[in-house]
Amino acid sequence: MAENNTLKKSKNRKELWKGISIFLFLLPALLLFVSVLIAPIAVSVYRSLQDWNGFSPGTFIGFSNYKELFTNGSIKFMVGLKNSLIVAFFSVFVQLPLSLLLALLLGRKIKGSRFFLSVFFMPVLISTVVIGQLWLKIYNPDYGLINRALDALNLSAWKHVWVGEVGYALVAVLIPTIWQFVGYHMLLMYAGVKGVSPDLREAAMLDGATNWQVDKYVVIPIIKPIIKVSVIFAVTGSLKTYDLVRIITNGGPFQTTEVPSTLLENMLFLRNRYGMGSTISVMLIILCFAFALLIGAAFKEKED
Amino acid sequence: MADLKTKRKASEDFEEERYTLKKTNPVVKVIVYAFLVFWALINLFPIYFMFTFSLKSNEEIFGKNVIGLPHDWLWDNYSAAMNTGDMKLYFLNSVLVTVSATLIAIIASLMATYALTRIKWKMSGMTNSFFMLGLTIPIQAAIVPLYVLLSNISKNPVFGKAFGINTYASLIIPYAGFTLSMAILISSGFMVKIPYDLDEAARIDGCGLWGTFFKIIVPLMKPALSTIGIYSYLQCWNEFMFANVFISDSVHRTLPVGIKALSGQHTTNWGPIGAALCIATFPTLIVYIFLSKRIQESFIAGAIKG
Repeated sequence: MAENNTLKKSKNRKELWKGISIFLFLLPALLLFVSVLIAPIAVSVYRSLQDWNGFSPGTFIGFSNYKELFTNGSIKFMVGLKNSLIVAFFSVFVQLPLSLLLALLLGRKIKGSRFFLSVFFMPVLISTVVIGQLWLKIYNPDYGLINRALDALNLSAWKHVWVGEVGYALVAVLIPTIWQFVGYHMLLMYAGVKGVSPDLREAAMLDGATNWQVDKYVVIPIIKPIIKVSVIFAVTGSLKTYDLVRIITNGGPFQTTEVPSTLLENMLFLRNRYGMGSTISVMLIILCFAFALLIGAAFKEKED
Repeated sequence: MADLKTKRKASEDFEEERYTLKKTNPVVKVIVYAFLVFWALINLFPIYFMFTFSLKSNEEIFGKNVIGLPHDWLWDNYSAAMNTGDMKLYFLNSVLVTVSATLIAIIASLMATYALTRIKWKMSGMTNSFFMLGLTIPIQAAIVPLYVLLSNISKNPVFGKAFGINTYASLIIPYAGFTLSMAILISSGFMVKIPYDLDEAARIDGCGLWGTFFKIIVPLMKPALSTIGIYSYLQCWNEFMFANVFISDSVHRTLPVGIKALSGQHTTNWGPIGAALCIATFPTLIVYIFLSKRIQESFIAGAIKG
């Protein structure tokens, strides 16, 4: 009996020690994760319901910030949202088809496919700040490559101050954004294309299918889940755009190229509206999750 | 024997036949290659342009030699960027921030992954999903409270100098936090592949949970470390939003913020700016040349499961 008790005790102690160990193993990650992500988000949600300048206690105003975000034109949130949706549109309908085409071509066991893959992926690794600065040099009105090329072709009339004119500035941001991340989506899709069993491909070929038909009827249906991931990443990534806008146009001219993230920063540093800044962050989280769910649902419907 | 030979012959014929089936129109092939080469040039040209103008004088860049190789290779641009442009400082700051954040993320993720995948307990699945939330949360979501928190810490006489705004820690800790989810995802992928018999054998030999972790698991996780390390390096080295918001003095700037500041000051002198862009980019490209496959894998691992 006594023996049994001590056995139980030691077992209990073992369980306790196991529990403590689990906690200790998780502790660094939990501390980091909660302090950097979870707690700040909770605070953001709480502050988004307040009129707050960052220093005072803040007054509770319900959903007024959210209402103001969509109705007060001087905040430019609708402009920012429209711009990021334009970026999302071009990402999905220009960038992704290009990525898919490249992935399919490289998936055909052609010579040098590894080399091409590595080259196409390279821009992804370069800092967006560097890319932005580089493109600023290309767009430069006096010495930039584009205007120089137009001069050389006797098309000087077509020259523009690319990043400074309404109508061109957003395009000037759009081009490097799309250019930089074609390789990223290509890599994901290429991994999917490589995952298609060669037997399937050969079977289709034996049945007389051309390369294009194999891609269309065999490969694309199989890599659909990856295409879905790419679409979600492209859209949520566009909603989060910040670096290239900050570097290339800084939101100008006349705030026509602002995006939600640059507006968020303006709320902190130019307007001291920390409550409204929090509202924009919360809207970004909501939009990202909403679009991810929507795209997921759209793909599911297509499958049925 | 002869039978085997004919069989092989037959299969060779078959191969050949299949080959003719596969053979595409040579015109199509040329078009495909032309397209791939064209796209490769579009990808390489800006990098080539950056490198060449980093070695030119303004006269060359603005004058006759816009896109050719430099006539005089002006390495002085690099020393100008490094010294008068303070790129040396920014580079070291970037190294310090990136290495520290990566180490913290690796240690925290390995420990957490061990508890999540190799110890049996009730809430492990839920805890794992909790950590995976971080994969979808945009960094913008946390920026306002973090900024306010850091500004408040700055006013504290004891912690302000080490943890407030304009400190290395103000970047290191958030970077580590935001790479953590991916680091846990990547290391779980590697850790579940280690056979569980090893744990049991270690247990029989008298190793506790901690002994098993340090003596058995950590040494076997070396390949995971490079994948996590590469992922984290790329995230931290290129990060701009936090760095731009949390750092306002010139002493703690990382490369991306430093480049922005430098190009603001030297709008007319392109050479040193080009040199600064190259200084920020080449470490990554050099690593990429040697580890291209591993780098690509770390991106795929992150996206396909996430």
